[in-house]
Amino acid sequence: MPNVPEKVELAFTVNGEAVRLAVAPGATLLEVLREDLELTGSKYGCGEGECGACAVLLDGQVVNSCLVLALECAGSQVLTIEGLSPTGQLHPIQQAFVEHGAIQCGFCTPGMIMATYALLEANPAPTEDDVKRALEGNLCRCTGYRKIVDAVLSLAQGGARHA
Amino acid sequence: MPETAVEVAKERATAKKTLIGQRIPKLDGPEKARGLARYMEDLKLPRMLYGKILFASRPHARIVSIDTSAARALRGVRAVLTAADIELVPFGFGRDNTALKKDKVTCVRDEVAAVAADTPQIAAEAVQRISVTYEDLPVVTSTEEALAAGAPIIHAHVPDNTPFRYDYSHGDVAQGLRESAVIVEDTYCLQRQAHCCLGTSGIIASFDADGRLTLYSVTQVPFLYKHDLAAVVGLPPEMIRVIQPPIGGGFGSKLDIHPFEPICVFLARATARPVRLVFSRDEEFRATPTRQPMVIHLKSGARQDGTFTFRDVHMTLDNGGHTSWGATTPWVSMRTFSSLYRVPHVRQHVDVIYTNNIYACAFRGYGNPQATFALESQVDRLAEELGMDPLAIRLKNAHEPGETTAQGMVLSTCGLKECLETAAGAAGWKQKRSAFSGQRSASNRQSPIVRGIGMAALFHVGGGAKIYRSDGCGTILKLDDFGGVTILTGSSEIGQGSETVIAQIVAEELGLPIKNIRVVNNDTDLTPWDVGVHASRTTFIAGNSALRAAREARRKLLGAAAARLKRDPAELDLSAGNVVDRSSGQPLESIGKIIRGLHFGRVKNELIMTTEFYEPPSSPPDEQHRGNISPCYAFGTHVAEVEVDLETGVVKVLRITAAHDVGRVINRLGIEGQVEGGIAQGIGYCLLEELKLDGGRILNPTFTDYKLCTTTDLPELDVSFVETHDPAGPFGAKGIGESPMIPVAAAIANAVYNATGVRFTELPLTPERVLNKLKEARGLGD
Repeated sequence: MPNVPEKVELAFTVNGEAVRLAVAPGATLLEVLREDLELTGSKYGCGEGECGACAVLLDGQVVNSCLVLALECAGSQVLTIEGLSPTGQLHPIQQAFVEHGAIQCGFCTPGMIMATYALLEANPAPTEDDVKRALEGNLCRCTGYRKIVDAVLSLAQGGARHA
Repeated sequence: MPETAVEVAKERATAKKTLIGQRIPKLDGPEKARGLARYMEDLKLPRMLYGKILFASRPHARIVSIDTSAARALRGVRAVLTAADIELVPFGFGRDNTALKKDKVTCVRDEVAAVAADTPQIAAEAVQRISVTYEDLPVVTSTEEALAAGAPIIHAHVPDNTPFRYDYSHGDVAQGLRESAVIVEDTYCLQRQAHCCLGTSGIIASFDADGRLTLYSVTQVPFLYKHDLAAVVGLPPEMIRVIQPPIGGGFGSKLDIHPFEPICVFLARATARPVRLVFSRDEEFRATPTRQPMVIHLKSGARQDGTFTFRDVHMTLDNGGHTSWGATTPWVSMRTFSSLYRVPHVRQHVDVIYTNNIYACAFRGYGNPQATFALESQVDRLAEELGMDPLAIRLKNAHEPGETTAQGMVLSTCGLKECLETAAGAAGWKQKRSAFSGQRSASNRQSPIVRGIGMAALFHVGGGAKIYRSDGCGTILKLDDFGGVTILTGSSEIGQGSETVIAQIVAEELGLPIKNIRVVNNDTDLTPWDVGVHASRTTFIAGNSALRAAREARRKLLGAAAARLKRDPAELDLSAGNVVDRSSGQPLESIGKIIRGLHFGRVKNELIMTTEFYEPPSSPPDEQHRGNISPCYAFGTHVAEVEVDLETGVVKVLRITAAHDVGRVINRLGIEGQVEGGIAQGIGYCLLEELKLDGGRILNPTFTDYKLCTTTDLPELDVSFVETHDPAGPFGAKGIGESPMIPVAAAIANAVYNATGVRFTELPLTPERVLNKLKEARGLGD
């Protein structure tokens, strides 16, 4: 075997559930979510924080989970795409993405939705520019973004500014 | 019945709620929105191993020896393969590629060895421990070098480094030259664009106990794939089952078999365990082919009244070190040069040349964005030389419905003029064109920002391209006892929304709610043959196939209902899950009850199952490349409005106004998404995207250095659909997949010219390129 360092214990909260497991010191949050916890909704798109497909919320802040070491999350609250619909009922953001045609291949969708969630938590009435800036770090190769932006604007408080 | 009542009934019947043209959310949307869709990277099988490839990382070298002992010694490594361990069967369009390379490598992405291990980490470590001794050979980095006297020979069987040449002509270019009042000539250089599917490529190979191979694959062409891959891995095709999990984007990248796929099969065979091989983003950039780079020399002319006279085209393709579909993209470029507008004299010569660069495959538009960029740039130049409006010269030369183009393509419907007028009208063409032309001469201009408006049209196949003897698609339809329908279709889904369109067509025909329709489209053991997702064919061909299967089911249902209700089938219709009276619309019986009546009948027992193999009425091209390869053709026009900063060279697209002849809109939500997404890829192609090489090595294989459009690049969009109701299309529809990408770069470049007076013949229009050329133009002008 190559030199594999000892695993280290990590305790944190994922989608409201307390989780305790041993992880490799170099493991990223994305790897632990996908491989150890089988939460495969968060996607590997680039591994360098450029595409946003792995976006999750860490203590309320949107992060690219491929750039966060799992051990940095000790004691933290992590929310993933799976945590948005715990009962199987679509979250309003998920519903809006479906209804507005904001999903094609769908690979960027979980990250887009998590970035949207963070935006709307911080700013419930975003303008179109706010939405574009908030989602600038999330790449989509299929939709051209128009329908994603429309989906998010439909959720803006005080009425959607449909472009 | 009183006359008024008849009219009321008629009105009700015609007002029957149709699904066609509605905004139907994608059927797999909820699964994808919840993060439950299982893509390749999410799939695991019991005892599965992880595969990893060692790439050459040098562009041209002889392989002297490979030492795999250190890799084999690593605990957890289950197999290490080199070319010596497998049978090498050449594949690809040029039959010049093998899964692993034996004697030499001809580009940096060449696959040299592969490993299967217990974990991805061990596999990565093992690959690093493989030691290859190379003897470097002179590197050919351009087509010029490849054609120079004494150039290194890249593949021994092609001593002139030119594996393919194509010629097409109609009319007589010499005569066209004589007839021309104006002639323009330019050389256009089109770059490598990477597909950048958000989901990276991957495969799982798993052998069953009886030796059958199951592949979980992201291919766009499962049936051709089965056939082609079988030969490479030494299995009869019927021993291969291809299952496609949800695919994270295709755009043509998954149209060929790629070396990693047979490699994974060899690893599975060597270990007798399932093996998964999924690329990292770095590998995706390095080891998947790009859009075909092209150098297009185009000369064209027109009479004084604007009538086009001739086009003389010479294309040079850098084919890289191996051949994938990129080498065949001029077949599509050709159709634009011959048939976008009437032009009596056309000649096209193409040279496809080996180099030690990376190679290209299919990418949305398939050679057409390149051709359209050259052609539509030059149409604007001809208009300018003649003092004509760019819209007017296009309208003057546009085909009419019913014409057959000089290359033999029958335009059953043709909305080109309508697209030109619709887009120009919606964009405010006339006012803006003159307003923007004025700004350059304004001497008191304070701001460095200038605006411009430009247009480009497109011509493309609208219902597949009959490159193989069959361009068909099979459908199996079965009704359950309750009015649920399962459609097994050969067509594949790569995000474009085909499953929703097919369900919509079937639901419309059978008068059932769309939620009653299940579409199975991803398992070659279940689904009937289809040529694959390419050539904008799925709505048209798979749609027609599903429609015909549904029509037959409808006929059976109505027959059964008529017998049960003692009515004439012609008096009945299907609507909202019921058999209804055709004239009054009144429900008579639920469809489920009719089906159960048939199935559990007292006299005889029947199930409703129908099948259809739809073969479009198109024909393969002849040896002169002529023929009606598609049953219909797509047209469109984009108008781009841009802002150019003369001080920084930054081009910003403010607005794209698009009009597309789509025959008929089936799913409005889906078709808008296709157009909007195509426009974004087109903007990226025009302004941002280039996979750069230096000495055969890739300089920017990351999203940090390879720029894609983001939300902040999104311009204002105005998308219109021209509905020409093609007689052969399902409900009149034509294909749309590729069209919206095709004219974008040309429209933007024409707008940049309008803004700056400087014409760009090379993409992408990066600030650096724009600024340099603006400076150069000013220097010459002052």
